Amino acid sequence: MKLPYKWLQEYTDVRQDPKSYAARMTMTGSKVEGWESPSDEIKNVVVGRVLSVRKHPHADKLVVCDVDVGDKTLQICTGAPNIRENALVPVALDGAVLPGGHRIETTAMRGELSQGMMCSFAELGLTQNDVPYGDPDGLLFLPEGTPGQDVCPLFGLDDVIFDFEITPNRPDCLSVIGLARESAASFGTPLRLHTPAVHKASGNIADLLSVEIDAPDLCPRYSAAMVRNIKIEPSPQWMRERLRNAGVRPINNIVDITNYVMLEYGQPMHAFDYACIEQNRIIVRRSRPDEVVTTLDGQQRRVASETLLITDPVKAVGIAGVMGGENSEITENTQMVVFESATFSGPSVRVASRRIGMRTEASGRFEKGLDCENTMPALLRACELVEMLGAGEVIGGVIDAYPNPKQPRVLPFEPDKMRALIGADIPDADMVSSLESLGFTVENGRVTVPSWRDDAEGMADLAEEAARMYGYDRIEPTLLSGATTIGGLNDWQKFEHALRAACISAGYMECVTLSFLGPKAFDRLLLPQDSPLRTAVVIQNPLGEDQSLMRTTPLHSMLEVTARNYNLRTPAMKAFELSTTYTPAVRDGRADMSVLPEENRILTLMSYGGGDFYALKGAAEAILDMVAVHGLEVLPCKDNPTYHPGRCGVMTVRGRNIGVIGQIHPQCAQNYGIGTEVYMAEIDMKKLFALRDTEKAYRPLPKYPAVTRDLAVVVHEDVTVLELEKAISAAAGEHLESIALFDVYRGSQVPAGRKSVAFSLAFRCFDRTLTDAEVDKAMSDALHALEKEYQAVLRA
Amino acid sequence: MKQKLRQILDTALGDIQGAVSKEALENVRVRFLGKKGELTAILRGMGALSPEERPAMGQLANEVRAKIENALDEAASNMERRAFEARIARETIDVTMPGVRMATGRKHPLNIVLDELCDIFVGMGFSIAEGPEVELDYYNFEALNIPKNHPARDTQDTFYVNDNIVLRTQTSGMQVRTMEKQKPPIRMIAPGRVFRSDAVDANHSPVFHQIEGLVVDKGITMGDLKGTLEIFAKRLYGEDTRVRFRPHHFPFTEPSAEMDMMCFKCQGEGCRLCKGEGWIEILGCGMVHPRVLRTCGIDPDVYSGFAFGIGLERIVMRRYKLDDMRLLFENDARFLSQF
Repeated sequence: MKLPYKWLQEYTDVRQDPKSYAARMTMTGSKVEGWESPSDEIKNVVVGRVLSVRKHPHADKLVVCDVDVGDKTLQICTGAPNIRENALVPVALDGAVLPGGHRIETTAMRGELSQGMMCSFAELGLTQNDVPYGDPDGLLFLPEGTPGQDVCPLFGLDDVIFDFEITPNRPDCLSVIGLARESAASFGTPLRLHTPAVHKASGNIADLLSVEIDAPDLCPRYSAAMVRNIKIEPSPQWMRERLRNAGVRPINNIVDITNYVMLEYGQPMHAFDYACIEQNRIIVRRSRPDEVVTTLDGQQRRVASETLLITDPVKAVGIAGVMGGENSEITENTQMVVFESATFSGPSVRVASRRIGMRTEASGRFEKGLDCENTMPALLRACELVEMLGAGEVIGGVIDAYPNPKQPRVLPFEPDKMRALIGADIPDADMVSSLESLGFTVENGRVTVPSWRDDAEGMADLAEEAARMYGYDRIEPTLLSGATTIGGLNDWQKFEHALRAACISAGYMECVTLSFLGPKAFDRLLLPQDSPLRTAVVIQNPLGEDQSLMRTTPLHSMLEVTARNYNLRTPAMKAFELSTTYTPAVRDGRADMSVLPEENRILTLMSYGGGDFYALKGAAEAILDMVAVHGLEVLPCKDNPTYHPGRCGVMTVRGRNIGVIGQIHPQCAQNYGIGTEVYMAEIDMKKLFALRDTEKAYRPLPKYPAVTRDLAVVVHEDVTVLELEKAISAAAGEHLESIALFDVYRGSQVPAGRKSVAFSLAFRCFDRTLTDAEVDKAMSDALHALEKEYQAVLRA
Repeated sequence: MKQKLRQILDTALGDIQGAVSKEALENVRVRFLGKKGELTAILRGMGALSPEERPAMGQLANEVRAKIENALDEAASNMERRAFEARIARETIDVTMPGVRMATGRKHPLNIVLDELCDIFVGMGFSIAEGPEVELDYYNFEALNIPKNHPARDTQDTFYVNDNIVLRTQTSGMQVRTMEKQKPPIRMIAPGRVFRSDAVDANHSPVFHQIEGLVVDKGITMGDLKGTLEIFAKRLYGEDTRVRFRPHHFPFTEPSAEMDMMCFKCQGEGCRLCKGEGWIEILGCGMVHPRVLRTCGIDPDVYSGFAFGIGLERIVMRRYKLDDMRLLFENDARFLSQF
């Protein structure tokens, strides 16, 4: 909301410098986002009188003028076609600044001295709307002024305009009067309200027009007045200046009056041509199915059913609170005008404006819920202005359809509760005076809420009024007292921290990605059409198709991170993310969005450009070990479509599936534009959490030495190292301490289709040194098991 | 004989001094002290001396022997020391050459700052709550005093899944979820991911993070709100941080406020950073609206509380002087490795 300071000062005597005014208003709750004065952009531009005009000796299109600028006469060259002697024109003197930062200096134009510049309205930052009489292609001729006088005040450019941030609960402050009330309360100055009056009304509106409200739930009040013998012309300069300074473009007297009243009173007004109202009846009703309205901007709009319309018995003439209809627009031929000043239900206007995709200054106000009691003063003000401007003759009387007049809200005055909530010892009298300065009345322990303050519903609201006028800054900060609470992280939160720390210590960099993906991502991930991962939460109003689903897999985001870094030629990267995936319930093969989706937490590890599958697996093993999850086994998995079928495994802990690890399928990597091997692991954090060892006890350090023996066997290619290890573990007896793979060999020394696998076995007994015989026995048991189960042959 | 011993000593000491290797020293030892050595030969010849001469000569010979042995030991240890020094000198490296860099992991800047924030509140007795990101409209809006078609919904461009389910636009729904489950006293914060349909640019992202806070107990006042949040600001930004509380509006708090921090660049004078205001908005807060308390089954005539919501990204951007929010979600390794 833009507030011109001079307009405000008509209502209350606040004359602080802009900075002090803004600071106090901000601290009482009307936040000033900034202020500016249009004249700040214009320096050293004064009124000048053209004394003489003569031909430029060296240029056909230029003339040389003597211009009286008060204390001296300047010689100025111009090419303006409308130059004439005796004209009053704006003159930018030597050193002047014009909007846009243009500096004007004394110069020579084709050899003739030019001590400044005579200006057009555009050069002063004005538009044709500001100066209807101005020539757009020539100099601006000033209707009045004294040579040497600063031009800014002539156009109201010397005002200060404050920009307020008005919160949606205070539509009353979207008006000069509303802000004047806040200003008066904030500075303790009296508020001067004006009662509009019409002096020369004639005739009776009741003979000309009737209003019926068919939907009183959506239109609590509809007031109307009429004006005849309309003379459409530009409104006077003072009104144009105020409108412009408030950010509204002046158009003509009738339109300007409706805008002026809206800015001053906060009540949107609509003016329409009486001649267009069939049977002289206005009916406010809900729309019929598929009803089409052509709005002022010439658009045919199919309105939603139940949209509130302003109609006559034959047709719609406007969408209530949003925009008027083209058929009733004011034109040059308009003789009689109806002014509508009404209130409409906020949600209904909001829905209507959303459905047709059109938000107007009026709809933005109606949505917030306007004061029914304001329609009549605003309407009278409009009539008063019509009379003042000579824009037409006001017809006597008003129509006021107001089926259920609003009853003022009365609340108990509870100063003790208010003080207790605020935590400051504000005297009763101060609270009362704050409330009264804002239009509340306090009597006999009861507070009557003013009609424009529907937001004040209870004690807490009154406390806010008292506190903001008292000053939030005067409330003493205190420390929490009362019952002690036990703060801190729960086990899950601690686990998440530990997991993050483990990934970092393994050398992985943490990523944070967005939660979306698009249907095409599933194709890039090579997921089959029937993959359950394709069933995702769908966003109704996404930013784009590629962000239209909530992710069901973390792989897409991580592959995009990989692709970005790969394309930036980062040679290698190890990254992780603790991310959320969203799995909807499924009913009849479709996402069931009658319930919230399951939100899973997934640890994703990614590595490219350095290390292979085993490097990533080693990292995963170390990370799991650090968060006390033991017993990871990776089993071959050939059917995960996103992964290389020969380089992918299911991660299991004690028989429970916790995730997937492997090389991303080269085709999938290629789909993301990645031309190198990418390794990835996805681990379900909730499963990991459930599988961690929560009890940790010290294991005594061994006192006796271990005996180490090597075992190398030749087995068929299909036999996995894990199978051999398990067989050895089962057979080698209780003293087997560890098995370490140290070589896998294929080549001339072993038959084709076979491989040699070599382990180093460590044996140890806790309370004595093992004998050779014991170890020999264990080794031969292990070998026999391998021979029996896997047809292994001892490699000599 | 005396003469001879002197000569042996002089020769031996001269040879020891001239020796350049352990082998040379060993040769000296063998030549003079060995079984067939010159001094040994003299000692063997002692028998030829008179009994009167013998003790003196014997003593002299032993002295010579000791001197030679000492000289040999000293020379050997000198030699070792020199060899060691030479080795040390040989082993000198250019310490200015770069180290062999190990790959280090990093915490994401958002989480670095989030952990810091959580620590501050945990230290004040707060626990941490978590809740769903795909949320019921009820928790995100309705229970927070924002009915359907309320204009306050405009300030939060919502992603809808359907009429009843949204991507949460704020963490404030956690106030309701917490109060439904837990009776006062409550002190909790709820950090989390929130969503608004803002196109990505330097200052906006459709996904960002908030930290919700809630305190409910008997006798909680706005003074407590101010005190708690002032401590938070000072812990986060330093003891000399100055904050102010300014009236504002949120549908679910009453009275409501925004907390601003005095611009650290201009100290309140007004500059480009603070857009001339002298203050920078940090968070929104207020006393929990009585209607919200009642909706959650808490009697507003007995209990009161305050709530606040902090935007994480803006704090992180200010902390690290980031001028573009996109950096936080692009995960460029060159960016991540700076934290």
